[in-house]
Amino acid sequence: MSTTGLVRLLERVGGQGEGFLAYLGGLGYLTLDALKHTALGLVIRPRIKIDETLFQMVRLGVRAVPIIALVQIFVGMILALQLAPVLADYGQLDKVATVVSIAVFRELGPLISAVVLTGFAGAAIAAELGTMVVGEEIAALRTSAIHPVRFLVVPRIIACLLTTVALTVLADIVGAVGGGLIDRWVLQGDSWQYYHTTIESLALKDFLTGLIKSAVFAFIIVLVSCYEGLSVTGGAEGVGRATTRSVVLAIFLIIAADCAFTTFFYFFW
Amino acid sequence: MPTVEPILEIRGVQKFFGGRQVLKNIDLVVAPGETVVIIGGSGSGKSTLLRTIIGEHAPDAGHVYLWGEDVCHASPRRLDKIRQRFGILFQSGALYSSMTVGENVALPLREHTDLDDKIIQMVVKMKLELVGLRDFENLMPSQVSGGMRKRVGLARAVARDPEILFYDEPTAGLDPIATSVCDQLVIDLRTKLGVTSLVVTHDMKSALRIADRLAMLYNGEFIAIGPPADFRQPADPRVRQFVEGLADGPIPLRVSKTDYLADLLGLHEKREPATGNRP
Ligand SMILES: Nc1ncnc2c1ncn2[C@@H]1O[C@H](COP(=O)(O)OP(=O)(O)OP(=O)(O)O)[C@@H](O)[C@H]1O
Ligand SMILES: [Mg+2]
Repeated sequence: MSTTGLVRLLERVGGQGEGFLAYLGGLGYLTLDALKHTALGLVIRPRIKIDETLFQMVRLGVRAVPIIALVQIFVGMILALQLAPVLADYGQLDKVATVVSIAVFRELGPLISAVVLTGFAGAAIAAELGTMVVGEEIAALRTSAIHPVRFLVVPRIIACLLTTVALTVLADIVGAVGGGLIDRWVLQGDSWQYYHTTIESLALKDFLTGLIKSAVFAFIIVLVSCYEGLSVTGGAEGVGRATTRSVVLAIFLIIAADCAFTTFFYFFW
Repeated sequence: MPTVEPILEIRGVQKFFGGRQVLKNIDLVVAPGETVVIIGGSGSGKSTLLRTIIGEHAPDAGHVYLWGEDVCHASPRRLDKIRQRFGILFQSGALYSSMTVGENVALPLREHTDLDDKIIQMVVKMKLELVGLRDFENLMPSQVSGGMRKRVGLARAVARDPEILFYDEPTAGLDPIATSVCDQLVIDLRTKLGVTSLVVTHDMKSALRIADRLAMLYNGEFIAIGPPADFRQPADPRVRQFVEGLADGPIPLRVSKTDYLADLLGLHEKREPATGNRP
């Protein structure tokens, strides 16, 4: 696809009327504002809202544990089943653990978790903030001199960041276990052997690059959904539109960022 | 009176929404301790004017001064300082839906004061008692009625004892008794605490009861400003129609510019071919 075609496509995703660049500008402004308030909240009053942050961590993260675990176990199983015939052709069936663990820790753990969380947490944030805009709650906050970014966005950023990274660790492990299940029950492998091969094939780098990516994905999810939510116009219908757009855009940006990071790690680390 | 520094000064404010002028050249000066009531039909721009005063909308022309400071050009920091000195009741109540009634009232105190939690709890109870809702402290906004939400909004607006209060239709949706209680609250705040009020309403009975001065907004302009006496026997036929609530008069209910029959029969579209590609 030509560059202009891509830009036009992005524009259609990014907004009606306003261009994609203006959209990114708004997103960037929100990012800076949120970082400023986070930094200020760490050193001086008014402090970061700890209880709100904890509440959001439960709401956005802890409740996503079952779904993330379930999805990742399936991902691990699918990987093992898909790769087994190929590896068998080369007589390398004992390498199932290696391939599954590398794919899960480097790529699919962070990516699939982020995509699930986009639907789980991102949509919830966009809908919630959008409803608050429509109900004039944001205006009420602002006119009581309570900054919505400090009060609403910062706790969500911190909560989303911490829970996404934690959930990715969980997803990595569960994904590897999923592969192990297939190895044991379908490929008749030895679970002890699977475990050892997994530990041996993984370098710290595989684990860390995955976590770095998941932190970036968390930023994308929370910033896009907060931005979409806070810029809702036009009542309940606008909330629905913003929710859909935040999911579509966040998934797109996550995959684009994933590609960029993977390329970077390939060449420089 | 004229020697007193005004608390609120609106000078030549204009506001457009997509080419349609909602406010044309609004001027108003409010002295400390005064209760000014703005009346006007639905859609005449009353809420828009309030939102402009509190710095939510930037006006397209003109200035708004609160305590002598230009709201529209104040730095975010100054604006926050100004905002801590006034209270506002939104037309919809605008309660924080994720917090209980009590937490709604407590929030401004929690955010802007160092008060002890026990004292905040006491203040919350006192403010809710003012609007007769002390027993509803632990309910969520979705669990109380529309009129009650309004009253909670009022309790929240007065939580920090502001110097000036803005009310957007405080009595719309309230029963006659709650309306009286609300009116009495506005009067008490003025007489006992010297609070200034700017009230938007289209309830004439309540307007005449509480106002030191009334102003009628029509077509984006004040067509009459004066003491309640002027509004009991208004000379302007437009004001009289509104005050007496008559269906017939100079103010049409229908504001559409196109001819009704022609519109029904689709004659306009035939005369001016549509720009789209509809058949
Ligand atoms: N955000 C907006 N975008 C476009 N038009 C708007 C907007 N807000 C208000 N308007 C228009 O401005 C006009 C005045 O609206 P406003 O809400 O100020 O009326 P009002 O006097 O408060 O009416 P009511 O008594 O029904 O509350 C209306 O015609 C409305 O359509
Ligand atoms: Mg209104």
